[in-house]
Amino acid sequence: MRRVLVIIPAWNEQGSVAETVHEVRRTNPGVDVLVVDDGSTDATAERALSAGAMVCSLPFNLGVGGAMRAGFRYALRHGYDAAAQIDADGQHDPSFLPGLLAGLDGPDAADVVIGARFASAEDTYQASRIRRLAMAVLARTLSSMAGTRLTDVTSGFRVANAKALALFAAHYPAEYLGDTVESLVIAVRSGLVVRQQSTQMRPRQAGVASQSSARAAVYLARAVVALSLALVRKWPEATIEEGSV
Amino acid sequence: MSADVILGTLGSAVILLVLFEMLRRQRLREKYAVLWFFVALSALVVAFVPGALTGIADLIGVEVPANLLFFAASMVLMLMSLQHSHELSRLEDRSRTLAEEVALLRMEVESAQRPSGRHPDAVDPADDDPRDD
Repeated sequence: MRRVLVIIPAWNEQGSVAETVHEVRRTNPGVDVLVVDDGSTDATAERALSAGAMVCSLPFNLGVGGAMRAGFRYALRHGYDAAAQIDADGQHDPSFLPGLLAGLDGPDAADVVIGARFASAEDTYQASRIRRLAMAVLARTLSSMAGTRLTDVTSGFRVANAKALALFAAHYPAEYLGDTVESLVIAVRSGLVVRQQSTQMRPRQAGVASQSSARAAVYLARAVVALSLALVRKWPEATIEEGSV
Repeated sequence: MSADVILGTLGSAVILLVLFEMLRRQRLREKYAVLWFFVALSALVVAFVPGALTGIADLIGVEVPANLLFFAASMVLMLMSLQHSHELSRLEDRSRTLAEEVALLRMEVESAQRPSGRHPDAVDPADDDPRDD
């Protein structure tokens, strides 16, 4: 059976992390859960630990990219066959996880499967118009690169097989949009197959989403910069780390 | 002695003194010291050999020699700050990698100390404080 590591990056998510861990374990009994506590100042680490997850506490905040790369490194060193990323705020429904993981197998197997939120008709996700435009630009560009239809490239709900997680353990950008958009560009440019599946997102269980229409324009500009940089940036060859534990 | 000679000498003397003191206290890596040494040296040359600056300005075709000096100085400063940004990015990247490694190692150490092994279903919170004997 495939060994799967679910990586949950969490920064000050004490209100929702325990429930997220419980839910992942309930809906996916075979998986290991690793919460990467990204320099939280609240009780995130303690709650995740008592919920039964492994907890890796970063000494200071690195952003989702840093938290995820630490998770991928752990997965690589401990010989996991696949890694999944789920947000700690509860907006990703882990009951979709087996479906995403199934996308790594079969005749139409992918190396990275994204749980996309715009892909279904009945979704309830709302976003401002400028932000939608930014996401459309990102989605259009990445779709043509990946040779498949991708609608939600900024989704933090995704699974990666052994090949992809070895790549991500070496290169997972910590910069703005690096953990979402740029990581996909890296995957595609390294010859990995990226697909998406539709998932339904839920409202966050606790905390506030960082979304205001005033910031949307800035988001658009930064997204374009991040994407352009990702497209021209030179990445060293992905090497599997030697001397793994 | 004209004012520019005094200013030039003073400037390079200050750079050289600070440089020497920082090197002595091991606060400065050699590669930066070499860079600053040449900056101080050029300031000295410009101050004591006024013909040097006008000569080069004439050679390139810059009418006001001071403009050449300003241009050269701003280019040097720009390149140096660019170099610093580069160093800073590299250091941030390294400290990020170290932070990730430290976190992973700490997790391994803590789970090795815990009798229940890698899957802590029930853990007492007192386990968290870092005790080194």
